[in-house]
Amino acid sequence: MSDYSVTEPSLRQKWVAGALVVTYALITILPLIWILTTGFKTPTDAISYPPKVIFEPSLEGYVNLFTTRTRVSPEALAALPPPETWYEEIVRNRDMVIAGPSRYGERFLNSIIIGFGSTFLSIFLGTLAAYAFSRFKVPLKDDLLFFILSTRMMPPIAVAIPIFLMFRTLGLSDTHLGMILLYTAVNISLAVWLLKGFIDEIPREYEEAALIDGYTRFQAFRKVVLPQAATGIASTAIFCLIFAWNEYAFAVLLTSGTAQTAPPFIPTIIGVGGQDWPAVAAGASLFLLPVMIFTILLRKHLLRGITFGAVRK
Amino acid sequence: MAEIVINNLRKEFGSFTAVRSSSFKIEDGEFFMLLGPSGCGKTTTLRMIAGLELPTSGEIYIDGEEVSRKPASERDIAFVFQMFALYPHMNVRKNISYPLISQGMPRAAVRAKVAEVARILGIEGILDRPVGGLSGGDRQRVALGRAIVRDPKAFMMDEPLGALDAEFREHMAEELRALHDRMGATTVYVTHDQLEAMQMGDKIVVMNHGVIEQFGAPQDIYDKPATMFVADFIGSPAMNFLHFHGAVEQGATSVKLHHQALPMPEAREPFDGDLVYGIRPEHVRLSDAAPYRGKVLAAEYLGTTQIVTLDTPNGTLKARIASDQPARAGEAVGLDFNGATVTLFDNQSGRALRSDLNEGVLSHG
Repeated sequence: MSDYSVTEPSLRQKWVAGALVVTYALITILPLIWILTTGFKTPTDAISYPPKVIFEPSLEGYVNLFTTRTRVSPEALAALPPPETWYEEIVRNRDMVIAGPSRYGERFLNSIIIGFGSTFLSIFLGTLAAYAFSRFKVPLKDDLLFFILSTRMMPPIAVAIPIFLMFRTLGLSDTHLGMILLYTAVNISLAVWLLKGFIDEIPREYEEAALIDGYTRFQAFRKVVLPQAATGIASTAIFCLIFAWNEYAFAVLLTSGTAQTAPPFIPTIIGVGGQDWPAVAAGASLFLLPVMIFTILLRKHLLRGITFGAVRK
Repeated sequence: MAEIVINNLRKEFGSFTAVRSSSFKIEDGEFFMLLGPSGCGKTTTLRMIAGLELPTSGEIYIDGEEVSRKPASERDIAFVFQMFALYPHMNVRKNISYPLISQGMPRAAVRAKVAEVARILGIEGILDRPVGGLSGGDRQRVALGRAIVRDPKAFMMDEPLGALDAEFREHMAEELRALHDRMGATTVYVTHDQLEAMQMGDKIVVMNHGVIEQFGAPQDIYDKPATMFVADFIGSPAMNFLHFHGAVEQGATSVKLHHQALPMPEAREPFDGDLVYGIRPEHVRLSDAAPYRGKVLAAEYLGTTQIVTLDTPNGTLKARIASDQPARAGEAVGLDFNGATVTLFDNQSGRALRSDLNEGVLSHG
């Protein structure tokens, strides 16, 4: 007999496969590592060539991210009382004093409100619409579904000017509500299509059983269909959040003051006191966290096959 | 418990008519079978009774009350689905209690009722298990439990044994019938399996292409089929059809096939044209003396009996005879027919001609 097996890969195959996976993982994670490490470098280390892999970590980037600073003359600096906090000390080492907090926290909060708000709205409306499309006889159903999808057939930015004008007329420019509505409008087509697919997969018999058991259509939807669709809702929510969270072009165009999200804000850090790459990297690193946490929290829903075995196919 | 009356029930899906003007009556406490090939409208009929499908026209009376426009939740009936449709995110106990919770029954009463049902079905041991890991039989029992826990007016069952292994199906069929006999609940049961229908049903409706072909007790349907479709669909092997052209007089007790007079029950209506002589395989005997001859094509051994396939001047014929009786392929034999069991059909319409045998049973239209 040869040592060839159809089901079990040989040792060499395993090694090759493993090496490929590790290489691929390294390539994809490299930019992320670059950003994370740059956040902890000093401005000089951040732009040194060749790049420093081993460096002395510094929190300067994070301090600069959250503060605005003014340059003072060495005499004035010497006249000041000694710094009270570690971050003041970092700033003074650069011949500067802290003038106040930066707007990053505010922008971050805006991103959270708009990102999660539009995700919630997209999922809420999308689930109801997807259920209706999946279960009821909707006149012109196929045309409507195509029409909904057609909003995704061009880059959303192509309609930026009409939207800009509409928003200005309606007073939605630079408001949280305006951005939530806009991201919901873009996401809802994706949500309806994805969720319709998931709901189509849920056998109608479950709802019919609930209807016979004495529940109304809405109760059956809430108590039987929704738990079944949890997996689909979770993954759709992740897609919607990632889009709304990372969206840049509309945010630049439609927000400036009150409702500006983090993506258009982060690049503006560069302009404050030279090219402050560590502060930009720090802002980007922190910006990654909410989506990562959200995805990790919902991951168990993505993996759980709760319908397994309950219906015999 | 309740009697169910179906009156001129009709269902169209767009241009397709799934059920054409069905009318029948299900007596209180009856185990009632809706039998037919797939696509015949039996499941649609059941779903209309349950309220999962709105009829295009016609009436449904449950316990004397017209319910055809009422939602399923107000009809007080239970439904057992072919795929069981157990709520996958709930355990066995929650699945069975779910119908009671919708009625707002107090928690303690729900617990007691679920325990009672679990005892009847022998599933006390699995009440706290998730439904996902259950065997087919246990899932079936949980589905039944969810149905009987509410003491509904009637049970609807849509091929509930269809998803089980052949061996287990037999066992479950007995269990179901025993459960029905104990509870005396009106049960409407859909199946495409004629053996299941004969074995379990008090009454059978045979449907085809949305039309009710025959409605009656299993034995009447087997012995006195109203149409060629029923004769062919019920019984394994099916009834033999010997095709011939001829005339039947009122009161005749035999017909001429291939110059031989074959016996039949006394005819109650005259007919002239293309006819079919229908006889069940077990009513055919091989006998050397008989003048009507056939040639043995093959014999299938089935233990106590064998099925002999013969070539006759009027078509192929199967006979069920004792397995110790010799029947060799190629041999020419005489065929003897038990005339009292014969049904004559009009080949054109497929309808049985009235005779002494079936007069009490036939109701055309």
